[in-house]
Amino acid sequence: MAAAFSFETRDDIWRLRVSGEWRARFLGDIDEDLRKFQADSVGHDLIIDLDDLTGLDTAGAMVLQRVMRACTARTTASHFRGGSRAHRALIEHVEPHLQPCPVEPPWRDPFLLLLNRLGRGAYGAYISGIKILSFIGVVVTTLARVARDPKRLRVTSIAHHMEEAGLDAMPIIGLVSFLVGAVVAYMGAKTLKIFNAEIFTVELVGLSVLREFGVLLAAILLAGRSGSAFTAQIGSMKIREEIDAMRTLGLDPIEVLVLPRTIALVLMTPILAFLAAMLGLIGGGLVAAQALDVSPVLFLARMEESITISNFWAGIIKAPFFAFIIAVVGCFQGMEVEGSAESLGQRTTLSVVQSLFLVIVIDAFFAMFYLEIDF
Amino acid sequence: MLNGGDQALDADAAIISIRGLKTQFDSVVIHDDLDLDLMRGEILGVVGGSGTGKSVLMRAIIGLKRPTAGTVRVFGEDFYRVGEAGRLAIERRWGVLFQGGALFSSLTVAQNVMAPIREHLNVSDKLAEEMAALKISMAGLPPDAGAKYPSELSGGMRKRAGLARALALDPEIVFLDEPTAGLDPIGAAQFDELIVNLKNSLGLTVFMVTHDLDSLYADCDRIAVLAENRVIEIGPLEEVRRADHAWIREYFAGPRGRAAGMSHA
Ligand SMILES: Nc1ncnc2c1ncn2[C@@H]1O[C@H](COP(=O)(O)OP(=O)(O)OP(=O)(O)O)[C@@H](O)[C@H]1O
Ligand SMILES: [Mg+2]
Repeated sequence: MAAAFSFETRDDIWRLRVSGEWRARFLGDIDEDLRKFQADSVGHDLIIDLDDLTGLDTAGAMVLQRVMRACTARTTASHFRGGSRAHRALIEHVEPHLQPCPVEPPWRDPFLLLLNRLGRGAYGAYISGIKILSFIGVVVTTLARVARDPKRLRVTSIAHHMEEAGLDAMPIIGLVSFLVGAVVAYMGAKTLKIFNAEIFTVELVGLSVLREFGVLLAAILLAGRSGSAFTAQIGSMKIREEIDAMRTLGLDPIEVLVLPRTIALVLMTPILAFLAAMLGLIGGGLVAAQALDVSPVLFLARMEESITISNFWAGIIKAPFFAFIIAVVGCFQGMEVEGSAESLGQRTTLSVVQSLFLVIVIDAFFAMFYLEIDF
Repeated sequence: MLNGGDQALDADAAIISIRGLKTQFDSVVIHDDLDLDLMRGEILGVVGGSGTGKSVLMRAIIGLKRPTAGTVRVFGEDFYRVGEAGRLAIERRWGVLFQGGALFSSLTVAQNVMAPIREHLNVSDKLAEEMAALKISMAGLPPDAGAKYPSELSGGMRKRAGLARALALDPEIVFLDEPTAGLDPIGAAQFDELIVNLKNSLGLTVFMVTHDLDSLYADCDRIAVLAENRVIEIGPLEEVRRADHAWIREYFAGPRGRAAGMSHA
């Protein structure tokens, strides 16, 4: 039976008769009416009659106490009456626990919050720039230290990460490059046909894949695949205090965690970039053969003739730089994780966004540099 | 029975009864042919060495780890065979405090406590907030803890917040996994007192996994000892400590066991 109540007033004393089950699941139906009664009863003495109560839980007891304590003007004439011992005991039990508590952090002006976020964001970008630079410094000095004492190099760990971040990434990088090579060839063929210069598709595919797309695609996929994995791995170790434990045991987390990952990625990325470039060329070549009737033999011959090997080097040289920045940013964001799983998620996202951004920036610098030295 | 109200008649009945329970992870058997009864209105302490499967037993009862064999009857119904609606109805009648608190990290403490209230009860926000405030205070937290995020709390406060959430729907049974582990002795003693208080005033039935000997002496009406994949001994503390089993002897006769026994004598 659901909760119900009725009331009457006599000799300026208000009487509230409650009946049924005053349990949490029934309170929603009567709460509004009860609040009205509570507001009206302010300033009067109140007797709450419990005789018809058949069930009560802490929520019900709390609500009854709330009505009773709605104002300070009640005198000793106000009281609970009747009801079972158990119900009375429960009502008494909740009495000291009636103070409200805030649910959310204190309210603040949204405009100020906006400014606050803006400032925080700008300052945060500045600070994290400095932090990344100093992290790079630490990684490089650790590398130098380990180089003088190569026994400290964790070869097993490096091999593990070479497999995980490098070998395992080959299928997806190969496939994506193949498709991009094909798309570039197709677009080129379509445009160049207007000038009756379809044969230049070979140059277009060769140059763009070798100089840019191969290495860039490898880097982008690695940032999404391995950079984020580094952040998640190191970040969850940070949450479980494993990093702190390492420090107290005299192990250097940079040496144990960051170096192997960085070295592995720097070693593997050129290989992945090479793979990407080759598959990009194959994709382009296939489209050329299909759509342009440029046979693979002709395609290769023309490539040999018009595209120098320096184009290949111009692309592949960038790979270790990209790899370094992806690994360092991934590890750095992992080390910045603190406390909650939420922070882990944020840092993983940040890691991917930042490393992609930096990869593109570095790529742009290389392009300007090559332009200057005419490479 | 305060909280039970209409069920007061069957006060002696087992509220949970487990028969022939078997759980395993792949081929590793954790429990085999385990029987256990939880009586209405009691505090049952479950002890046993690390890795004997206390947490797994609790998870098997509350439906998080499906047993390979055996039955778990809760409020007289076979928990693993009542269907979706029946399960939900049962789940509303118990609260669980996990070993690590398991608070939702993106919600404040008050919002954590309000989560089950909002989900299961048809109440206004205002009433939900009042109910949350009540539970937070009953769990022994100061009011200003309500607006804090779990990451801003100490371990002990997190336990209390977890208890507040477990109590949110005025459950008839609460499951506690090592409630006092990681608390300072004063905090642990307060927590013990709190649980006994809540049991007495709300008529709770409590299933408590614990390593804490002081808690056993202070809180528990009965004790179940888990070893060799089953409950090897169950009964009031005095009986259990006299049992003839190597692990039990060592447990109660060891320096800590004796110290705890003395201080509660
Ligand atoms: N998800 C899982 N997969 C495989 N094995 C598990 C899993 N969870 C627990 N176990 C195994 O089940 C056994 C019992 O674990 P359980 O967590 O119940 O121990 P416990 O008695 O609670 O110990 P403690 O007192 O240390 O908390 C252990 O041997 C553990 O290795
Ligand atoms: Mg456990």
